[in-house]
Amino acid sequence: MEEFIDNLPPMDLMRSEKMSYVQLIIPMESAHRAISYLGELGLLQFRDLNADKSTFQRTFVNQVKRCGEMSRKLRFFKDRISKAGIVSLEHPVMQPDMELEELEIQLAEHEHELIELNSNNERLQHTYNELLEFKMVLDKAGRFLFSEKNHHAIGDDRELEESVNSNHEFIDTASLLEKELRSGFSEQSGVRFISGIVCKSRVVRFERMLFRATRGNMLFNQAPADEEIVDPVTFEKNAKIVFMVFFSGEHAKTKILRICEAFCANCYPVPEDLTKQHQVTREVLSRLSDLEATLDAGIRHRNKALSSIDYNLTKWVTMVRREKAVYDTLNMLNFDVTKKCLVGEGWCPIFATPMIQETLQRATYDSNSLVGVIFHVMDSVESPPTYFRTNHFTNAFQEIVDAYGVARYQEANPAVYTVITFPFLFAVMFGDWGHGICLLIGSLILIARESKLSKKKLGSFMEMLFGGRFVLLLMAIFSIYCGLIYNEFFSVPFHIFGRSAYKCHDATCSNAATVGLVKYQDPYPFGVDPSWRGSRSELPFLNSMKMKMSILLGVAQMNLGILLSYFNARFFGSSLDIRYEFIPQMIFLNSLFGYLSLLIIIKWCTGSQADLYHVMIYMFLSPTDNLGENELFWGQRPLQIILLLLALVAVPWMLFPKPFILKKLHTERFQGRTYGMLGTSEIDLEVEPDSARARQHHEDFNFSEVFVHQMIHSIEFVLGAVSNTASYLRLWALSLAHSELSTVFYEKVLLLAWSYDNFIIRLVGLAVFSFATAFILLMMETLSAFLHALRLHWVEFQGKFYHGDGQKFKPFSFASITDEED
Amino acid sequence: MYGFEALTFNIHGGYLEAIVRGHRASLLTASDYNNLCQCETLDDIKMHLSATEYGPYLQNEPSPLHTTTIVEKCTLKLVDEYKSMLCQATEPLSTFLEYIRYGHMIDNVVLIVTGTLHERDVQELLEKCHPLGMFDSIATLAVAQNMRELYRLVLVDTPLAPYFSECISSEDLDDMNIEIMRNTLYKAYLEDFYRFCQKLGGATAEIMSDLLSFEADRRVVNITINSIGTELTRDDRRKLYSNFGLLYPYGHEELAICEDIDQVRAAMEKYPPYQSIFSKLSYGESQMLDKAFYEEEVKRLCLTFEQQFHYAVFFAYMRLREQEIRNLMWISECVGQNQKSRVHDSVVFIF
Repeated sequence: MEEFIDNLPPMDLMRSEKMSYVQLIIPMESAHRAISYLGELGLLQFRDLNADKSTFQRTFVNQVKRCGEMSRKLRFFKDRISKAGIVSLEHPVMQPDMELEELEIQLAEHEHELIELNSNNERLQHTYNELLEFKMVLDKAGRFLFSEKNHHAIGDDRELEESVNSNHEFIDTASLLEKELRSGFSEQSGVRFISGIVCKSRVVRFERMLFRATRGNMLFNQAPADEEIVDPVTFEKNAKIVFMVFFSGEHAKTKILRICEAFCANCYPVPEDLTKQHQVTREVLSRLSDLEATLDAGIRHRNKALSSIDYNLTKWVTMVRREKAVYDTLNMLNFDVTKKCLVGEGWCPIFATPMIQETLQRATYDSNSLVGVIFHVMDSVESPPTYFRTNHFTNAFQEIVDAYGVARYQEANPAVYTVITFPFLFAVMFGDWGHGICLLIGSLILIARESKLSKKKLGSFMEMLFGGRFVLLLMAIFSIYCGLIYNEFFSVPFHIFGRSAYKCHDATCSNAATVGLVKYQDPYPFGVDPSWRGSRSELPFLNSMKMKMSILLGVAQMNLGILLSYFNARFFGSSLDIRYEFIPQMIFLNSLFGYLSLLIIIKWCTGSQADLYHVMIYMFLSPTDNLGENELFWGQRPLQIILLLLALVAVPWMLFPKPFILKKLHTERFQGRTYGMLGTSEIDLEVEPDSARARQHHEDFNFSEVFVHQMIHSIEFVLGAVSNTASYLRLWALSLAHSELSTVFYEKVLLLAWSYDNFIIRLVGLAVFSFATAFILLMMETLSAFLHALRLHWVEFQGKFYHGDGQKFKPFSFASITDEED
Repeated sequence: MYGFEALTFNIHGGYLEAIVRGHRASLLTASDYNNLCQCETLDDIKMHLSATEYGPYLQNEPSPLHTTTIVEKCTLKLVDEYKSMLCQATEPLSTFLEYIRYGHMIDNVVLIVTGTLHERDVQELLEKCHPLGMFDSIATLAVAQNMRELYRLVLVDTPLAPYFSECISSEDLDDMNIEIMRNTLYKAYLEDFYRFCQKLGGATAEIMSDLLSFEADRRVVNITINSIGTELTRDDRRKLYSNFGLLYPYGHEELAICEDIDQVRAAMEKYPPYQSIFSKLSYGESQMLDKAFYEEEVKRLCLTFEQQFHYAVFFAYMRLREQEIRNLMWISECVGQNQKSRVHDSVVFIF
């Protein structure tokens, strides 16, 4: 038996990759190249040897700073490009072909150019805005002035009124009259005005402030500006309001001007003289058009510069990111004694060592270094990181397991079994082949568009779906399988595998629901007989079947879990765990629930009427009593007594021996050996001050701690055996809930709507049914069945053997950096 | 319902309390300060801060940094957090949060008015204002010539208006009465805030009354020390003291007649909580008093986080952040001016 197990071929993914702790001694001149080559390879995880130094005390801090500065510039470009509204095309990402220094100079030049262009443009835009505002003020304020005057003039001269509404030629002729009148008017009343433009959001407060400051002795006119002013810095469009304040007195003027200043209101002088006003307007207009042309040219120039930057932007960004990662990694390395070499330590999988060595040689060769990189394997006391080589398919399942905890180094990996058991347990709860087909279509769409979707950036929800596409696929396939067994298609049974085994008493079938059916031929060949649907005993039948099935599945999975703990113990060579944990656990679980499973199978096979609850309960309460009509097979009573005794013995068996044996081993091991130990560890310290080897774990054996731990472990197992078995009944409960829900939606919505002979009601019924199916049954139920399957795996299955306290292998790799940011 | 507020607190305040506790967790720790104090240049400071919550605010700053930029960006972070909390808050928490701002508002008003008095540019002054104390018509403050106008034109719209009732006069503004105005406003503000917290009841009232009393007492001491040797009469001085706090009323009587720092000390040492502060100082010294008070304040602010279901954590968080920004400013100044030996003089470690 043992030999057979040892000779089994190694299972992929069962054990994490074998790792080795390696030391690199890299000459300074080839360090950068070596690290960047390693980053491309992505199979070496560096250990931070300078953990006690703060970021700015490390060797390559200046380079890191420069990279930070460059990425700031790149962000600045990106920001400018998006503000300028240039659509960035997908450029092929080329391998960076230049040196960092070169790039730095280029970036600085580009930034300088861009800043200059921007400031020019800003200045121009500012002047342009001023002129535009002036134009609008002239336009609107002119109208205020006229209407103001008209009020006064209405009695005196009716001709003037026409002049306001008239066109330009007419104004010219009227201006003579105006001039005369206006001067008189302003002189006699002492009223003056200030006109300007202010932000729309501030206008109410502005007016109130003016009112207060002048104690109400003012007249405030306002009109919305026709165009929105673009802020030159933020590129936001601001709605503005043209205003004109009439007031009297010099004192009020200074006050109003200060208020204008405080509210960022730009004041523009509007000539009272109409001809002058026209002249100014013309001037402003001509200057505006000039400026517009310059501004356009400027913007075009800038956009050209920006799009040329945009062409290289992605390339630069990746390059800077890589460089930064390289320097960050270099900062983790240590100088050796001569200060001419860098010393790095880290983990790599054993299969990768030749590749790494080859890469390092290439780096040495490419950088024309005389001295090669020294690469050698060391031993370490720290436990190695866990690394599974997964593919598209297994990755999602590994993620499910890792979400609970990353496997301890070389521990049995539950993901191997999860690939099948997870979708299967899900399907037990979600058994409906109609819904299964919907899921299947969804997952197939995701898989078919894999190449397209994997490039795009998805939302968090879609990303989750996409990541789990193969989980979804298997879940769908198993749902179809379980649905066929349950014989449910949107809760409707189908006669797929032949005719039902039952038929009515008579031809009319009138008493089928009350009296029942008779069996007239062989059982239905696959799954549940469709005749059960709608019968009075449908629920008791299905419940009993699903309940028993759940227990069988549960006991099987828990046994698998305990078996895996055996494989773990064998692998790590601890016979103690096999003898004092695995064996009593096996005995305990199987003498109680293994026996129950046996009874279930016997009952199914023989068609016995025995009450299993009764058998199980009285097995504990009065094991010596006669079973009576509940006896399933000969010799059941003595067997029960033996099993019960075995279970009782198993509890102290798993509780007491192990801690005592551990204690004995410990005292034996350390008898009279303390002096030797100290000496070696000190020598180590001197040789490699910062190395991982120096960190000796000083093992302390604390008996009470070990004992308490063992006690908790045993109690947890004993109680867990009961509660975990009960926990598997969720398979039945969710399956029941799912089928009942879909029955309700089918019968109470769809069939009810169909019973009306009305198109609209039928349509509404169909709509409600499909919504309920899509959102409640397909989304909510999938989610809940998923979560319950997750729990069954994490708690009931993995709890039996999985420690899950390892660390993940995080190699230094450019591929992972690139997705990380943004 | 004292004692039962824990039952219902989380309905409205739970989310924000969680948020503010999360923010508190991102305050710089002693090891951060130790690292910062070792920095050689401002770029090093930026680099260190980029690993903290300040990172996103500083990362887009071009490299030759100035102390003002660092402080400005750090303050911006505080303001952003404050604003987001204010948006989420419901009554009475939103009013409570508003109250936290009023102190800055008073400072800003005084800053602008003093600045205009000395004919400084308004825009330049506005840049110096604390962003938390900004209000809509703050720029208009420059228009006012005397207190009455100040009130009538601008402040009547602001929440500070009620505090003005005691200091409206038609006198022209000068340095002296601006300072008096600041203290009168502050007194009214603290008393109002105190009353508001008492009205809220529960743990908030209890903890805030402790914090505000400390604040009031600190102001009393500062007013006393600053007014020694000025023409402020005893009665006027007495009028500026807030009417609550540990020193009220007997301590106020004694402080009002103090003539030098040692008399202040003698008066204060009768109060056990302040004994420890003054015992750190040697006789005749008032330089280190500020730091001693800050340290005591930080200690008390940190303690507020030990209790749950009350609003004082918001107040404490804002104050602690401000202290942190002051620390950063001091460190940056020291680093920037190569005065690293003095770096520990004014830094108050928070944790």
